[in-house]
Formats: sequence, structure tokens, C-alpha cells
Amino acid sequence: MTKEHANWSPYDNNGGTCVAIAGADYCVIAADTRMSTGYSILTRDYSKICKLADKSFMASSGFQADVKALQKVLSSRHLIYQHQHNKQMSCPAMAQLLSNTLYYKRFFPYYAFNVLGGLDSEGKGCVFTYDAVGSYERVGYSAQGSGATLITPFLDNQLKSPSPLLLPAKDAVTPLSEAEAVDLVKTCFASATERDIYTGDSVEIIILNANGVRHESEQLRKD
Amino acid sequence: MFRNQYDTDVTTWSPAGRLFQVEYAMEAVKQGSAAIGLRSKTHAVLACVNKANSELSSHQRKIFKVDDHIGVAIAGLTADGRVLSRYMRSECINYGYTYESPLPVGRLVVQLADKAQVCTQRSWKRPYGVGLLVAGLDESGAHLYYNCPSGNYFEYQAFAIGSRSQAAKTYLERKFESFPESSRDDLIKDALFAIRETLQGEKLTSSVCTVAVVGVGEAFSILDQATVQALINEFEISGEEAPATASVAEEGAGDAAADQGGAAAEEEAAPMDI
Repeated sequence: MTKEHANWSPYDNNGGTCVAIAGADYCVIAADTRMSTGYSILTRDYSKICKLADKSFMASSGFQADVKALQKVLSSRHLIYQHQHNKQMSCPAMAQLLSNTLYYKRFFPYYAFNVLGGLDSEGKGCVFTYDAVGSYERVGYSAQGSGATLITPFLDNQLKSPSPLLLPAKDAVTPLSEAEAVDLVKTCFASATERDIYTGDSVEIIILNANGVRHESEQLRKD
Repeated sequence: MFRNQYDTDVTTWSPAGRLFQVEYAMEAVKQGSAAIGLRSKTHAVLACVNKANSELSSHQRKIFKVDDHIGVAIAGLTADGRVLSRYMRSECINYGYTYESPLPVGRLVVQLADKAQVCTQRSWKRPYGVGLLVAGLDESGAHLYYNCPSGNYFEYQAFAIGSRSQAAKTYLERKFESFPESSRDDLIKDALFAIRETLQGEKLTSSVCTVAVVGVGEAFSILDQATVQALINEFEISGEEAPATASVAEEGAGDAAADQGGAAAEEEAAPMDI
């Protein structure tokens, strides 16, 4: 007797790519704006980035219905935190909350591949990268989503410290300037767009620094 | 009101049709330090007197932000007020999560009132000992409601609760007709004047009172001490006395909106109707 398999799946993959890079005093969070299903495009104009707190932005690719639900849950939790503590959540605190929230649904996961970017309590850029069930790590840069396999090796080449054996241990944040980092991100997306069919249309870039938040948008190939 | 054989349980009626435990809960509100609220068409202001137990301690927080568009000032058992504020915040967050829009104030006060009513009809509970002045904004403008321990709620143009609130009410009764068209700053000024009335001669400084505002285009926020002191200095230096207007004082402060089933305030009725 073979087990009957479901003729539908609760998940769908809406594609897209997310990238974040941490700098000494800034953070860049970027995501393309294409939303797909199968081989079709649902819209060319969908934001995958959500502001969770003054200094925490989350970019998520995967199943956007789950992403939306996850964003709502985290926003509500942040409101509760503000009522209780009379201040905004720090980025590392939000990082832990996101991890816990994801693991909470360990046995029916949020199909969301997240990258959390922001400024830590010292004002330094921080990026946290996640898997679907909440395993996370603070890194200097990260890419998630359909174009991640194309972008990550390129970022490794440009940003990775020469060797983990080198002492003293180098800081995770990149020595690049803010403008250079934004330019690098645009290059990443332009390249990923060339070969990944799920990435394109335009890229939404958020730059977070001591002066506040900045938005940039760059058109990408639409094919 | 003296001790009698019908006041042990909240679930015991007196022969005159009164629930004494509920009325005693309303007394607790009268013992708390004063809180006042007033509103115009576009703004609502809450203000309260801060009483610290001793010079060594800090004063209790009596004004709470519930959501961007709603705030509450309490008088009575502050602990009960804190718990109810947490409930209100939770309701606003849940409504916002489900409907992606702000919870209308009128809906929130009904839920609050129903919650209070439950405590008047369970033998194992006691009524909340706190009165709440709920100030909020919705599509129809600014609103001010008063929720009492009995589970009743009324909408007001202006109201005052707590100890020595009658002095503030008298001041508000004189001026309330001008409130709907008042500017935001005039409304705050009137709030401070009303607070000053309750102080009965004590000097009004920003360390003694707290003021909060919510309005069209302005999220609910508690004004910081420096701002409040500047406003106080403004009208004290100009030697302004609390201005009297020609309007006749009416029974019950402000107008109680009948559309939500609130009874008009009358001194002769059992206290819980006020």
C-alpha cells in the first residue's frame, strides 16, 4: 500500500533575490521587485523589504504570503516591545526574535529566506542571514533567494577577508564606503538578472546610516 | 454610604436596586489624583496631576499610549489601570493585525466597558477600581470617553475625574462650548488651567502634571516636561486668570452623546449612572 500523496502544496515560490551588506557605519539592504509563479510574472513592482524597526530592515524571498505573515507577526511583536520597554528594538534583538519566530513553526515552516540588515547599538552595520527555520548568523554580507547562488561567490570574491587564519580576527564589516557598497549591490543584481529568470525588473535599495534612511531604485532587465 | 448588609458581594443587590460593591469601586476612582480630558473637532488632550508618595519616590504613570491614535488617562487603582491599558494595547494590535487599520475608539471603549461589566456579575471577581478617560481619533474626528468601574461609558466634550475634580469640572463647564473650534494650543492651555483648578492654590509646574495630545496628523504623545513648563510660563507670566465665559454652568460636565446608549448625567441617580 503506497501512501496517498497530496495533490496540492501549501507552498509556492515567488522567486526573487535579496542582498545585504554591512559597513562600518552603514548598512545596505536590497531586493529585486519581481514576483513570479512558475514561469509567469505576477508583478514587476513588489517590495520584498520591510521596516521592522528604526534600525532593522528585513528582506525576504520565497513564498510571499508567508513573508507577509512573518512581517506582520514581527511588526506586532515590535509594537508590544515598544509599549513594554518604551524604546525601539535593537537590530540584534530583532535578529533573535526573527529566529525564534521562525523556529516556532519548525514543523510547518514559513517558506521565507530572510536577510536582516540594520545598525547595531554601536552604530555599526550588521547583517544577519537565516534559513527557513531560524538558524542564523551575523555576517558582513549575505544573499538569499533564487539569485543567491550567482551573487554569493561574487561577493565572496569582493568582500571576504583573505583568510580566517589571519590574526587579529578581522571585523565582519566591509571596509568599503557607502557609495562603493551601493554600487556593488547594483552590480550584483545586474549580473544575477542576466542569468536568473526570477530576478529582474528593478532593484529596491535601502541605505541605513547615522543620518537616517535612504531609498534608491535601479531598473533591471525585464526579460 | 455606610456599611450595610448588602455590600459584601458584588453579586448582591440592595433592596433599593443598588450594587454597593460597584459604587465602592467608583469611590476608589474619586480617591485617585485628578485626571482631565477635553477635545475639539480635531484634537483631544489629556492631563493629570502627578502625586508622588514621598519626595524620594517617582510619581506613578497615569497616562498611557494605547496606539498611535488612542491614549488613556486613569484615576484610581493605578495597577488596575495598567492592566486595562495592556488589554487595550493588545486589542489595538490584534485589530491592526487583522484589518490593517486602526481600531475605532468607539469600538475599543465598548470592549472595555463589557470587560468591566463582567466583573460586576461574577462572585469570584471584583470590579476594576479605576476610571479611564480614553482620548482618540477616528474617521469622524477626535473623541473623549469616560469608562467607569460599573461598565458604563459616556462620550464627553470635556471631563474630569479623581480627587478635587469638581473644581476642574466647574472650569470646564464654563468653557466647553468653545472647545469644538479650539486650536490645539488653546486646548492644551485649557487643560492646564483645569489642572490648576484641582491644585487649590498649589503652584502649577510641569513636575506636578503630565499632558498628552492626539490629533489629526499628530500621533498620541505625552508632552515632555520642558514643553509643558514653557506653556505654563506663557500664561502665568501674562498674568492670565482662568477666563470666565458668559455661558451658564450646566449639570454634568460637557455633553454626553446618547448614540451609544449612555444616560445623561443626573446628580439624583445612583452614582454609577454618572
